Amino acid sequence: MKPTDIAAPDYFHKVVDCQWACPAHTPVPEYIRLIAQGRYSDAYMINWKSNVFPGILGRTCDRPCEPACRRGRVEETPVAICRLKRVAADFKDDIKQRLPRPSPKNGKRVAFVGGGPASLTVARDLAPLGYHCTVFDADPEAGGMMRTQIPKFRLPNSVIDEETGYILGLGVEFKGGHRIESMKSLLAEKYDAIFVGSGAPRGRELDIPGRKDAAGNIHIGIEWLASVSFGHIDKIGKRVIVLGGGNTAMDCCRTARRLGGEKVTVIVRSGFEEMKASPWEKEDALHEDIPILNYMVPVAFKHVAGKLIGVTFQHVKAEYDAKGRRNLVPSGDPEQTIPCDDVLVAVGQENAFPWIEQDCGIEFDKWHMPKVDPKTFVSTNPKVFFGGDAAFGPKNIIWAVAHGHDAALSIHKMLSGDDITERPLPDVHVSSQKMGIHEWSYDNDISIDKRYKVPHRDKVIALKDIRAEVELGYDVKLALGEAERCLNCDVQTVFSTSLCIECDACADICPMDCITFTGNGEESDLRQRLKAPSPHPDQDLYVSSDLKTGRVMVKDEDVCLHCGLCAERCPTGAWDMQKYFIEMTHAGSTCPTKSRSAA
Amino acid sequence: MTYIAKPKFHHPGLKKNDLGYTHRDYEGKISTLCAGCGHDSITASIIEACYELSIEPHRVAKISGIGCSSKTPDYFLGNSHGFNSVHGRMPSVLTGANLANRDLIYLGVSGDGDSASIGFGQFAHSIRRGVNMTYIVENNGVYGLTKGQFSATADRGSKSKKGVTNTDNAIDLVAIALQLGATFVARSFSGDKTQLVPLIAAAIRHKGASFIDVISPCIAFNNHAGSTKSFDYVREHNDAVNRLDVLVGRDPIAVDYAPGTVQMVEQHDGSKIALRKIDADYDPHDRLGAQTFLARHAAKGQIVTGLLYVDPDAEDLHEHLNTVETPLNTLEADTLCPGSAVLDKINASLR
Repeated sequence: MKPTDIAAPDYFHKVVDCQWACPAHTPVPEYIRLIAQGRYSDAYMINWKSNVFPGILGRTCDRPCEPACRRGRVEETPVAICRLKRVAADFKDDIKQRLPRPSPKNGKRVAFVGGGPASLTVARDLAPLGYHCTVFDADPEAGGMMRTQIPKFRLPNSVIDEETGYILGLGVEFKGGHRIESMKSLLAEKYDAIFVGSGAPRGRELDIPGRKDAAGNIHIGIEWLASVSFGHIDKIGKRVIVLGGGNTAMDCCRTARRLGGEKVTVIVRSGFEEMKASPWEKEDALHEDIPILNYMVPVAFKHVAGKLIGVTFQHVKAEYDAKGRRNLVPSGDPEQTIPCDDVLVAVGQENAFPWIEQDCGIEFDKWHMPKVDPKTFVSTNPKVFFGGDAAFGPKNIIWAVAHGHDAALSIHKMLSGDDITERPLPDVHVSSQKMGIHEWSYDNDISIDKRYKVPHRDKVIALKDIRAEVELGYDVKLALGEAERCLNCDVQTVFSTSLCIECDACADICPMDCITFTGNGEESDLRQRLKAPSPHPDQDLYVSSDLKTGRVMVKDEDVCLHCGLCAERCPTGAWDMQKYFIEMTHAGSTCPTKSRSAA
Repeated sequence: MTYIAKPKFHHPGLKKNDLGYTHRDYEGKISTLCAGCGHDSITASIIEACYELSIEPHRVAKISGIGCSSKTPDYFLGNSHGFNSVHGRMPSVLTGANLANRDLIYLGVSGDGDSASIGFGQFAHSIRRGVNMTYIVENNGVYGLTKGQFSATADRGSKSKKGVTNTDNAIDLVAIALQLGATFVARSFSGDKTQLVPLIAAAIRHKGASFIDVISPCIAFNNHAGSTKSFDYVREHNDAVNRLDVLVGRDPIAVDYAPGTVQMVEQHDGSKIALRKIDADYDPHDRLGAQTFLARHAAKGQIVTGLLYVDPDAEDLHEHLNTVETPLNTLEADTLCPGSAVLDKINASLR
């Protein structure tokens, strides 16, 4: 193998698995260290810069970082990254002084369709640069799906108000209760740029017999959740069936439990394991006595004189064809009718752009989705950008934020007269953490604690009040324990070939047998010759150039604890622990913490 | 020294030996020696050898004297018996322990100061008596704990870190061990685990006095130009006569070498050593030949490493003394002291 080029920004970035997996590339280990030090406000600002909604995401994020977390490969469970984010939000001081100041307007106007996470991220990045941002939303308050679709017992209004407030406080103009009905007329208002962050607002229908006849008791999940959120709906029948296996279905069933649903059942077509809902959301539903039945396909709504009495299901089983694709085929068991009073349909969401006229210069593909460049987020109309669910279909908040940053950069570049396809490289800092002979600026003593559970409100109380937040969040002590579990993967092991005397001290001390000195070879061959097995080929090998004996140093990054013992036991300083800090390129410098990354 | 304990986590895919232990289970406390010390590599090699042999840690007694090397038993086999004796007295304590309980595996760990100076006589007699043990000298040629004076194994003409030339002749412990009748004699280098680990394993399986001299560079005081025990010097002058694989247990490793290059040595306990010859003429069963070979190469400034001599049918001290199979420490008082009637009989026979 060729010697590893550690100067390429991506190499060390990949080693920080959580940050690499995060769509917004939040510097996770950095903020977790700050939490451990009790510097909650600093931790919050690191988050605020990257992901804009730390308090909201700390409760609701889909957490792509956690399955990626190295800790999950070292022991059973990853660090509770998401809930630590909430800790930063919960315990911070007043951070208003740290927010960017509204700056003098530069005379350019940007319109936003929809006031959800994507639009607000773009506005957050653009407003401090002097753009006049106008956000239109059909709902009276900002937040979009964060406010309408996520139940209050998971995400209280106070958190949404606070974090959307920080953005609107930058001088962003919010026009609530103002639905954009025509792209053409919006274009006619001569904005310099338009960002469409209107989400995926339409719940998918379930068109089976009886749907129209029993319509009074059959509700589309996201619409029903929005009505609950606004207080238009405050009760439901005693027996409720929720159809669908995504996170919306989980929100529906738990909401139904709080509005009078005594016997709430989730029924999914697929197997329990393949459900789209996050494992922890399924857990929370099961904890609230909601059974999840699987491999059942709804075939008809049963009704008597327009009153729903039940749903009939066909039992299916999974069969896999030669290509490994799954097909659901009838299992042969007789159909089953499950009695109920109400049904919530949460079988997916769709985009809908009835308000974009055909002659706006915005082209659509055969799936009726706008043609959007995945890097710059520009549509076929160079002044119109898309992001969030509106761009590529339903995803989640953190993806909307990531889209927003990129779209904001594009808009800023376009309106500065630059080529929007040129994307500046991220800013990378690498600095030694050595403080003394065996002293490091980070805590390298590895905690062996298991993942700490987040305290929950007592179930009886939680089920009585739809606005009572179920998760109470870590207290300071639990947060410290959980923060200590972070392996500091951003403190990198950096090897200098010229200093190495091949004494083997690093290979001997390494608790995870990551380091091997051996003859060079092809990657597949090298992976066979390492001191310990190498089961994850997606984890890089760090290979040195030739050493004096003709061998090379090979380090499998897979399960490195970043304990720094290799560097402590190295007599010549050939190993050093260096902190890698990467700042993704945002439009302008929207955050005052740019030059002062915490130590 | 390192202040934190080595993390308890280990690689999730680590192999386990016949006892279900990983090599991590054979570790001791974290080393307090200087970073990069050759002794730590020997520690790692002992751990590896014991892991590969699936040795039960509680069947091992590790005994040492004084010095950097003699600190190392604290860093391996944390669940074994240990005795840190007075300076140079490891061989006597080991001999005594071996006499009392012949069933344990004895690891004597010493250094060049401990064995070639203050304990030279002790070393000589334990070898001479054929105590069943693995005697490892971690040989760095200097007194590291007292900041780098020449030890008795420092080569004449080699230079100290400050530039002073050594005018005394060196003791070659391997030559002495051969002369005193050790039945397993080897030399190796801390920077060459592929050679060292099987040597330690073979020595442990050997019945009789096994002696291994391991050149172990002192990073702090003896790893400079002019030293003959530095990483660079040893790598340049290392003349390995053979490499070996130890084959133990139910499933022997398939050894696939060119014919004529491998010599199989079967030891007393049935374990086999596959010797891959590097020097085709070298015969590890010829004590006299080994001594000459060693002297000739030493004169050329070469460091001969490998398994230099082995007598697979060796006898040990217990056989010489004709002691009972049962370890003496488990014999009951009435067996050990059969009473005045028996004593009278013995006395009568001597009249």
